[in-house]
Amino acid sequence: MSIKTEALTKKFGKITAVNELNLEVKEGEIFGLLGPNGAGKTTLISMLCTILKPTSGRAWVNGFDIVKEQGKVRKSIGIVFQQASVDDLLTGRENLALHNLLFEVPKAVRSQRIDEVLSIVNLEKRADDFVNTYSGGMRRRLELARGIMHHPKILFLDEPTLGLDPQTRDHIWDYIKDLAQKECMTVLLTTHYMEEAEQLCDRVAIIDYGNIVALDSPEALKKKIVGDVVSLKQKTSDIERIRKLDYVIKVEEKEGVLLISIKDASKHLQDLLSNTGPIDFVEVRRGTLNDVFLHYTGRDIREAEAEGGFWERVMKR
Amino acid sequence: MSEIEGIYAVWLREAKIYIREKERLISSVISPLLWIFGFGAGLGSTVEKISGYPYQIFIYPGIMVMTVLFTSLFYGVYIIWDRKLDFLKEVLVAPISRASVFAGKMLGGATDAMVQVIYLIIIGFFISIPFTPLVILEAFLMLLLISIAMVSIGLVIGANLQSPEGFSLVINFVMWPMFFFSGALFPVNNLAPWLSAVTYINPLTYGVDAMRGIILGINHFPILLDAGVLVLFAAIMMGIGILSFRRM
Repeated sequence: MSIKTEALTKKFGKITAVNELNLEVKEGEIFGLLGPNGAGKTTLISMLCTILKPTSGRAWVNGFDIVKEQGKVRKSIGIVFQQASVDDLLTGRENLALHNLLFEVPKAVRSQRIDEVLSIVNLEKRADDFVNTYSGGMRRRLELARGIMHHPKILFLDEPTLGLDPQTRDHIWDYIKDLAQKECMTVLLTTHYMEEAEQLCDRVAIIDYGNIVALDSPEALKKKIVGDVVSLKQKTSDIERIRKLDYVIKVEEKEGVLLISIKDASKHLQDLLSNTGPIDFVEVRRGTLNDVFLHYTGRDIREAEAEGGFWERVMKR
Repeated sequence: MSEIEGIYAVWLREAKIYIREKERLISSVISPLLWIFGFGAGLGSTVEKISGYPYQIFIYPGIMVMTVLFTSLFYGVYIIWDRKLDFLKEVLVAPISRASVFAGKMLGGATDAMVQVIYLIIIGFFISIPFTPLVILEAFLMLLLISIAMVSIGLVIGANLQSPEGFSLVINFVMWPMFFFSGALFPVNNLAPWLSAVTYINPLTYGVDAMRGIILGINHFPILLDAGVLVLFAAIMMGIGILSFRRM
């Protein structure tokens, strides 16, 4: 087991950011943490990275206790922060060289490692330029390079593609997948982008109010929770009747349109339509992880995590 | 070994940033020049000689201490910026102890201050300060000690505050009283009792006294007492600094 938590809890004053959370992440897995703002994702990652001390409960990263064996945990992990933490007034190469010193990469392989990671993220040509001349995507890539340079067993990515254009995002996803495979690395990432989770993750956990509310592979979650979504407009709506059909998972009405989640459109659509009466309009689409997410976390907009503790503010800003 | 490399890494980063931020380098040359030539020469034309030295020369050791004091204390603000700009996170999650992070930062701040000291020594030759190689060496070591103590105060304040604005406010309350009641601009004998009491509890007084003793041969306290007070004070501030970094 790469990561394991037992009733892990973090409170900031009255607010419980992470609430008795139990989680197991397998070795070599790409695991996604999804959740609205303030759900506790960053707090959880900060505890696993030993930046924050848990209020109660225990957790092990790479087999090491996050409170008692901080040093060993830190040597096992790489972190790519939400906010770029590479140094502007240093060159890309200098940033990496500092990381080598801080993370105790053996002297003999230092320059070789730098070249290695620079080529993985395609930054060889710009390596000797100051970071303040880099674009947002290049900074992210540099950060990624830095995060993997000491060959961590586990890589933490906090919103790895926040604010990046679709092209760069696509590239970074490829890097992450590639890396996880080549280095047999476990990856734990947080994201707001459902597409990112679908593309990358073997399993995802949806977190809300500091608890895990759902955990499975994106495929399984979609199948179980939303299936296919039929949107239709009709005059005589007998919602109760539709709701009682055994293949219907959920019925919602939104601006006069019925949104009906059914298990398998190819099997049940005909029957569904025979139960709805005459219709003005119909559309069928596959359920997405977005539907799953909204199902579990609702539609209310959340306050950002401003009420958290000092680190929460520092790390979330 | 790895801890020493960690300290070196943190220091190296500070040194590189210092050299690359031109504003910092330029202001480190200009502000002591202003004090020596603006203040020292200006006030010196109306003030009589003190202990046989012209005022400009009498205050030279005090200006050295002042420069080190200002630079060292204000260095603490960078810890707040680092935290805002996030470079610090990379260091805080590294597998090195917080004591090493503190030591690296502290040496970085002391480096800033000591670069200024070198300028000041060069200026000293132009205004005929009685330097010998031994005097320069002693002065340098004493200023390094003062700088270590003052950088530690700055880092303690920086580590416990969240905004650069708050830092400037707090640091002004520390810096100006320390400076005014240190005897940098006037001799500490023959002061009113309340004023001499304040100067006696100010650790910087002992730094100014030591510097004046080393450079001009005017001592109010024994030099060993000066050095002892400063070493003790630096040790206490470093201890508090390391504790503050652990909580960060």
